[in-house]
Amino acid sequence: MVVLRIDQATYDAIVAHAKKDHPDEACGVVAGPEGTDQPERFIPMVNAAGSPTYYEFDPADLLTLYKDMWGRNEEPVVIYHSHTATEAYPSRTDIARAAEPNSHYVLVSTRKHGNSEGAVEFRSYRIVDGSVTEEDVSVVDQS
Amino acid sequence: MAIEVRVPTILRPYTGGEKAVSGKGATLSEIIDDLEANHPGLKERLVEAKEGHSDLRRFVNVYVNDEDVRFTGGLDTSVSDGDQVVVLPAVAGGADDPAQPAASD
Repeated sequence: MVVLRIDQATYDAIVAHAKKDHPDEACGVVAGPEGTDQPERFIPMVNAAGSPTYYEFDPADLLTLYKDMWGRNEEPVVIYHSHTATEAYPSRTDIARAAEPNSHYVLVSTRKHGNSEGAVEFRSYRIVDGSVTEEDVSVVDQS
Repeated sequence: MAIEVRVPTILRPYTGGEKAVSGKGATLSEIIDDLEANHPGLKERLVEAKEGHSDLRRFVNVYVNDEDVRFTGGLDTSVSDGDQVVVLPAVAGGADDPAQPAASD
């Protein structure tokens, strides 16, 4: 069964980042050892677009991120971003741009509570060759 | 001379699963043509025709020795023996803006 297992601290860090950057989209990665499918190292990224409807890693930041992961034998197990006015479901742009077939694409929607306390939508998907498959999210105490 | 080119996961079906392949040439454009000879289909994923000439695709980043080639001459960027070439797809997306339909490749 397809599922994203993620520890509570990392889950909370993603949600906090999304709330902090609202109304702009927040984005980042959770890296993990290659081949383990375990998201372990939370890496918030700057949204170079600084936009409520678009996100993009800065190309220089992107290279730094990947070289760092390669040096540690890691891969981007989770790639997350927020939608700030719409549901936590991949948009056409998300699907067109998705280029990591092994990653879990996590979407958080801050549309209900914005920067404030309150529940967010937190959902995870595989996006491969333009096809989207939602998966369950299992939040555990320890990864 | 041979230049090592680091290939992202999504393009590894073209390289038999290899993370890095070797290409020959004096410019990035020549390297890509050389790679295409050994890994057919790869070029199409990196390069597109823009206003009558070839250019890198908008959402593909290529770095020579850590420099984004968009600032060093694009496909005409010079490469020499021992240089490191890295290809990385952009990480991008976001809620669709109704005023700007999603860009296609």
